Amino acid sequence: MTSSRDACLALLGKDLRVELRTLRSLPAMALFAVTTFVIFRFGLDRTELEGGLAAGVLVATLLFAAMLAINRLFVAEHEQGGFELVRLSPVDRTVLFAAKASALFVYLAVLELVAVPIFALFFLESGAALAPLVPVLLLANLGIAVTGTLISTIATMSSARDLLAPLILLPLLIPLVIATANAAEPLLRAGGPEYDRFGTWLAVLGLYDLVFALVGYAVFDFLLED
Amino acid sequence: MPEPEPAIVLRGLRRDYGERPALAGVDLELQAGRTLAVLGPNGSGKTTLLRVLAGLLRPSAGEASVLGCPLPRETWRLRGRVGYLGHRPLLYRDLSPRENLRLAGRLHGLERDGCEARIETLLEAVGMQRRGDDRVAELSAGMAQRVAACGAVLHEPELLLLDEPDSHLDAAARDSVGALIGPGGDRTRVLVSHERERALAEADEALELS
Repeated sequence: MTSSRDACLALLGKDLRVELRTLRSLPAMALFAVTTFVIFRFGLDRTELEGGLAAGVLVATLLFAAMLAINRLFVAEHEQGGFELVRLSPVDRTVLFAAKASALFVYLAVLELVAVPIFALFFLESGAALAPLVPVLLLANLGIAVTGTLISTIATMSSARDLLAPLILLPLLIPLVIATANAAEPLLRAGGPEYDRFGTWLAVLGLYDLVFALVGYAVFDFLLED
Repeated sequence: MPEPEPAIVLRGLRRDYGERPALAGVDLELQAGRTLAVLGPNGSGKTTLLRVLAGLLRPSAGEASVLGCPLPRETWRLRGRVGYLGHRPLLYRDLSPRENLRLAGRLHGLERDGCEARIETLLEAVGMQRRGDDRVAELSAGMAQRVAACGAVLHEPELLLLDEPDSHLDAAARDSVGALIGPGGDRTRVLVSHERERALAEADEALELS
């Protein structure tokens, strides 16, 4: 058997190389996020947001931007024989799950490098909340990455991919949205970040990530069966 | 001397797609190192048979053993020992032929330097060295098929499953690809082709599906 680490790195490297070459997901995600912020700015008729409303706008925008990448995550594997390539190779098939989740995590991190400063520019009176937001967003990214990869696999096998992914994924992500928004809400309060129950919500996010990573690891092999 | 174990044994192999049977009771025994031609009209289950033998599809009923691995129970032992050249090339269109073959080599656990050398040898053999850095999307179907043939033999598989391997190939390309995937050596081959005479000419045995 090929080492899982090598196989995972090879597949992750392939995904990142293809994205750098084609720019199919990241620019669309960033553009979507920025456009959504503009719509919120005019739709809410507010130049400043704070607390729960700011957290809600940020989390919802990032989540819907992530859907663009999740819908496309396995398109090449499905249409160009990547699933067969992995299934014919002497590798643990869950390396594909790990590689795809890692690629999605990287996409989300890059998206946030662009979108969060723009969010701060549009809606926050200072950038003081940005640093403490980092662990919240990293844990949220991990949860979106593992759950999104799992559901994207199921949706890719269906002819109704674009409908199925959000239909199944968004309800599954509700606990993650609640935890992320509650962790971010005190950080985005007017007057500067506060840390009420910050650790509790980070722990909830970590638990969510762990549960869905384990579920993905357990079922991914079966999802690749015919 | 004990009889060598057959490379492929099928007994009453059946594969259904929903209610529709694609393979109904296929029996076969193929010794290692021999070539089997699988013939039959469109829709007779030739590709389904190859995909079952590759471990890509589960049999619905019957027994199947490939390279000593009972399917589907021990499909995992088969991985890496089969080369599959199907209707569509297993190539990422946004990678170059070299990048695709490197990826396949890494998934098969080939040592890096040896893999690079083998990739160059294979690309040269099929006349694709000069186009080896172009994206697969920019290649013609015949060129992609040549690269796919390189991918099928990159890891030197014991069993080659070939589904219309000559599709999209001109005469010169057929010869160069034929040198890679043709008969010879210890390799067992299962060849699906619509060109009956040509397939029978290079096969030791034939299986007719209807």
